[in-house]
Amino acid sequence: MTTQRTSGRRKQALAAVAAVTALLTTAACGGGDSDGNGGSKNGAAGFDAANNKIAQASAAKKGGTLKFGGAQDADSWDTTRGYYGFMWNFSRYYSRQLVTNKAEPGKAGAEVTPDLATDVAKVTDDGKTYTYTLRDGVTWEDGKPITSKDIKYGIERVWAQDVLSGGPVYLKDVLDPKGEYKGPYKDKSADKLGLKAIETPDDKTIVFKLPKANSDFEEMLALTSASPVRQDKDTKSKYGLHPFSSGPYKFQSYSPGKDLTLVRNTEWKQSSDPVRKAYPDKITVKFFSNANDLDQRLISGDLDLDINQTGMSPQGRTTALKQHKANLDNPVSGYVRYAVFPQSVKPFDNEHCRKAVIYGADHVSLQTARGGPVAGGDIGTNMLPPSVPGAEGQAYDPYELNGANKSGNAAKAKEELKACGQPNGFKTTIAVRNNKPVEVATAQSLQASLKKVGITVDIDQYDGSQTSGIIGSPENVKKKGYGIIIMGWGPDFPSVQGFGLPLWDGSYILESGNNNFALIDDKTINGLFDQYVTTLDDSGKTKIATEINHKVMEGGYYLPFVFEKFINWRSSNLANVYTSDGYSGMYDFVNLGLKSTN
Amino acid sequence: MLAYLIRRLFAAAVMLVVIVMVVFCIFFLVPKWAGVDIATSFVGKQADPAAVEAVRQKLGLGDPIYAQVWEFFKGIFVGRTYSGGGDVTQCSAPCFGYSFRSEQAVWPVLTDRFPVTLGLALGAAVLWLILGVAAGVLSALKRGSFWDRGAMVVALAGVSLPIYFTGMLSLAIFVFGLKLFDGQYVPLEESFTGWFGGMILPWITLAFLYAAMYARITRATMLEILGEDYIRTARAKGLKEQTVIGKHAMRSTMTPILTMLGMDLGALIGGAILTETTFSLPGLGQAVLNGIKTQDLPIILGVTLITSVAVLVANLVVDVLYAVIDPRVRLS
Amino acid sequence: MTELSKSGAAVGEPTGTSPAPSSFLEVRDLKVHFPTDDGLVKSVDGLSFKLEKGKTLGIVGESGSGKSVTSLGIMGLHTAGQYGKRKAQISGEIWLDGTELLSADPDEVRKLRGRQMSMIFQDPLSALHPYYTIGQQIVEAYRTHHDVDKKAAKRRAVEMLERVGIPQPDKRVDSYPHEFSGGMRQRAMIAMSLVNNPELLIADEPTTALDVTVQAQILDLIRDLQKEFGSAVVVITHDLGVVAELADDILVMYGGRCVERGPAEKVFYEPRHPYTWGLLGSMPRLDREQQDRLIPVKGSPPSLINVPSGCAFNPRCPYADIPKDDLTRTVRPELTEVGSQHWAACHMSQEQRERIWTEEIAPKL
Repeated sequence: MTTQRTSGRRKQALAAVAAVTALLTTAACGGGDSDGNGGSKNGAAGFDAANNKIAQASAAKKGGTLKFGGAQDADSWDTTRGYYGFMWNFSRYYSRQLVTNKAEPGKAGAEVTPDLATDVAKVTDDGKTYTYTLRDGVTWEDGKPITSKDIKYGIERVWAQDVLSGGPVYLKDVLDPKGEYKGPYKDKSADKLGLKAIETPDDKTIVFKLPKANSDFEEMLALTSASPVRQDKDTKSKYGLHPFSSGPYKFQSYSPGKDLTLVRNTEWKQSSDPVRKAYPDKITVKFFSNANDLDQRLISGDLDLDINQTGMSPQGRTTALKQHKANLDNPVSGYVRYAVFPQSVKPFDNEHCRKAVIYGADHVSLQTARGGPVAGGDIGTNMLPPSVPGAEGQAYDPYELNGANKSGNAAKAKEELKACGQPNGFKTTIAVRNNKPVEVATAQSLQASLKKVGITVDIDQYDGSQTSGIIGSPENVKKKGYGIIIMGWGPDFPSVQGFGLPLWDGSYILESGNNNFALIDDKTINGLFDQYVTTLDDSGKTKIATEINHKVMEGGYYLPFVFEKFINWRSSNLANVYTSDGYSGMYDFVNLGLKSTN
Repeated sequence: MLAYLIRRLFAAAVMLVVIVMVVFCIFFLVPKWAGVDIATSFVGKQADPAAVEAVRQKLGLGDPIYAQVWEFFKGIFVGRTYSGGGDVTQCSAPCFGYSFRSEQAVWPVLTDRFPVTLGLALGAAVLWLILGVAAGVLSALKRGSFWDRGAMVVALAGVSLPIYFTGMLSLAIFVFGLKLFDGQYVPLEESFTGWFGGMILPWITLAFLYAAMYARITRATMLEILGEDYIRTARAKGLKEQTVIGKHAMRSTMTPILTMLGMDLGALIGGAILTETTFSLPGLGQAVLNGIKTQDLPIILGVTLITSVAVLVANLVVDVLYAVIDPRVRLS
Repeated sequence: MTELSKSGAAVGEPTGTSPAPSSFLEVRDLKVHFPTDDGLVKSVDGLSFKLEKGKTLGIVGESGSGKSVTSLGIMGLHTAGQYGKRKAQISGEIWLDGTELLSADPDEVRKLRGRQMSMIFQDPLSALHPYYTIGQQIVEAYRTHHDVDKKAAKRRAVEMLERVGIPQPDKRVDSYPHEFSGGMRQRAMIAMSLVNNPELLIADEPTTALDVTVQAQILDLIRDLQKEFGSAVVVITHDLGVVAELADDILVMYGGRCVERGPAEKVFYEPRHPYTWGLLGSMPRLDREQQDRLIPVKGSPPSLINVPSGCAFNPRCPYADIPKDDLTRTVRPELTEVGSQHWAACHMSQEQRERIWTEEIAPKL
């Protein structure tokens, strides 16, 4: 009773705030002068002009200050520790890798291209040996050359998870699956380069010897966590406060949660770098605690773009869509938003009960709860994000979620319930993060439509900051009876392995920090993943990816909501702007330029 | 007086220890009872069991609570050394803990952010004292007039409207609409005018809320005082009306106002979370909010401590001040 | 038996209309009305009296009879600082040493306050500012009207404190009111009132808040000071004992009007109004044994909004039915002279009243 009243009042207050702010911003922005889809007087490139294509490439000038704003700081700027997508994107300003994502829009952005290396890997020994040669003239910010040993040391840091926690550990799992190496900080050898899987015969050559082939290995080397780190500059856990630069920019100042300033690394040579254009002289990032304030500053032109790249807040979005559409892009984020059914919670051990939920849900209503077709995304019909090779997008729709069953199919759901032995429906609980209003809204939508088919659900809004502790523990999930968990997932790198392995592979069911919420341990799927890592040709990999996706969907473990889309802002002053699949539909930061440099 | 002060300071110290223990329990024990391993909240997305264990050792999370509290207090005086996994982190005295989220000692974060909050609180206090007291006195003297009713309606609005509302409203009007201010925080040491320009809206917004409260209290107190016999005596002595109001009545009216001011300032020093969030001011309030968002327990603990110290000190100052203002009060 | 001071106060015509004041203080047809939500409160409704320097007038009556309102009216404190409240309506004339106060410039009246006329209040604890020392408050009173430096003013304050009998005045001058006993506070209050040698001193219930032994000391002090300074004094009290000590003339108020007025011994020994009889009957007398025969005035004070028609006292008067034609309830009695300088407002005939007093009332007292 009390909670209902308070939440009602809070809603009212929020609604009032939203209404007034919308009113004021509308009035404040002078109104009327809305930019059409095809560009505008003020120089904005037009709606979706940078979505998977380059907008205003030739307008980019050398110099100026590129201004980022953000609501959230990176988890860490340490190349080994960062895991946020925007951090990986941004880190290209100050760190280089052997190979990196192509600085090109759309799908091409997800392909790897040589960076510190002269060429992509020479793969031998049935995909178990990768050899690279380093370019000439690649240097650190103090002018010293970057050597193969620096790269090895940088990669070895991934092993020091006890000190440098937080980042992806793919390289560790692939190069040292048994965990024999204890990391450079516990390394007894004099040069701290004790990892056997990497050899550095000379300063220019680096050889990776994989115990078992992995066809995505080069994708993993393109991750930020494969950046070189120089041993004498390694400040261990504090490295993220001031990483030593190998890229075109270096840290000038950083105050966590407040601001970050990068300036040109004068030792970096354009000739040594085929990827980075390094247009601006200076890059600043300012963090805001008020997302609405941030959006207003983007719209007013104080800032060029949002470093978080997670879309504008609802109010800012509304204003921007109405009046500044030419400054917006509406890319696919690479994220799939979904509900997942832990098989440990009855009756979700029965696939018919899972399918009853899939059919019973109203997918249009779920899409609306996510923000609608523009801000939320297209109705999700399967689990593989469209940016991942092997994905078919909405073309693969086994449950006709974007077709006949768009608004839910009660008859079909009841059929499945009967098949499951629960003809009168059942009771279960939805677990949803309390700090994601949109997810709570989807839970409520699901609750409403399931009620119609006789499935009664309680919604448990748990502490969102404790996500990994609460739903990452299968034991806890079972104890709490979370039959439905609402989550989202994006690829670490664009492949079925980079997206689906932690979610769908039986060996990834963990006691804590688990992401295989459905507890899928399917021989066929496990086998397909095994097969995938040893398949070296792209067409073969794509085929397997498609197959895995089908198997997952057929099992009915997931109810996809949307293939997520964002509304992202680019200032009228930005040039050479494009979204990249390599960074989940974000703008590729590293080659952004400014039209006017004062 | 001295004995009183010593006794009060001692009591304050005991209070602080209790507060630290309570906060410790809230942050470290309650999650434990709820079955959440807090060590996992210190490591990232892919929780490596070795990393969790290392964090547990490094932070001493496995130790009994009294040992953890003891380590914390010891750290304040002699500093602490966190070591684990071949990495040694020094946190020199006064060490109020170490944030493994942002890899910073808590104390420098607090000292870095404290001036922002202090500037916000003091600037707003000056504004609201002037505005609130003036409005309250005028209202009392013109009781029932159009001015009085108008001022009290505005005051009611000020008291009831939340900061995030008035703050966003003022941002929308003055920064994005009229473009009168830049509205971004600039440190005082960089530029006074920049700092002033960035602080003026937060000051006004915060002062609006408090001025409203102070106006109401001033009005009520003033009306009560004006009915006192000694005010009649003052008039019977032939004093000019401005002396009667400005000296005799104000002196009594200021007593509760100053008490309130002390307490309010104390509480604000702990961070005006809403104001700092709305205006993106890098003060203690924002730090604690970020801390809550990112589960950065040491920062939350540090700010909580600072707040407690500020409130306790404010209490003490108010009590001493009270004795100075009101001769009837004896400190004992 | 209490010795009364000799009658000498010049008591003027009850309905004097001559504009030229011959007396030091002359109040003519004073009316003080307060508009309230419930109606017009007629606290004082047509009061006249005169007072000469060196003489003392006692105004006696129950609470709500209009005594204090009269004193504040003379001081001009109904108009000063009445913020936003509905203003008191005051009419009539108040002549002080040749100046008519009600029509005078408020700032002129302010300058007279504290200097030419000053006031002692009932409760010195609440009437003194708690945050200032006694000395500061006396100094302020002095310096408001005298252009002297603080040192000189403080010397004056010490002198006054000594004069009113405060021991160690040079030390106590720096004490705060709460550090004084009740009697000492009232002495300090008196010192403050007299610091400017006022010609008119109004004492509003000066001893009510004090205990009995201190009361006598304070009354003695007021009497001594009056002799010394030669001021005119108005003592306002509900206690006839107090006026018996001090007053030359007595004015009895009931329901905002004067019901009897005359030299003190006349009012005490030949009272000609039933209300005065009642007051005398309810007065505790140390020189009589019959405390048990204390006769209170029955009933409660009249409403000042709907004052009873006719004689305001009629609902409580045991003799209301004596006058013919229901006169007491229909016609308001005017003050008539019942003896030398002695007036009373009653419908009963002189003879009837004389008879009742001598036969029924006096023997019981």
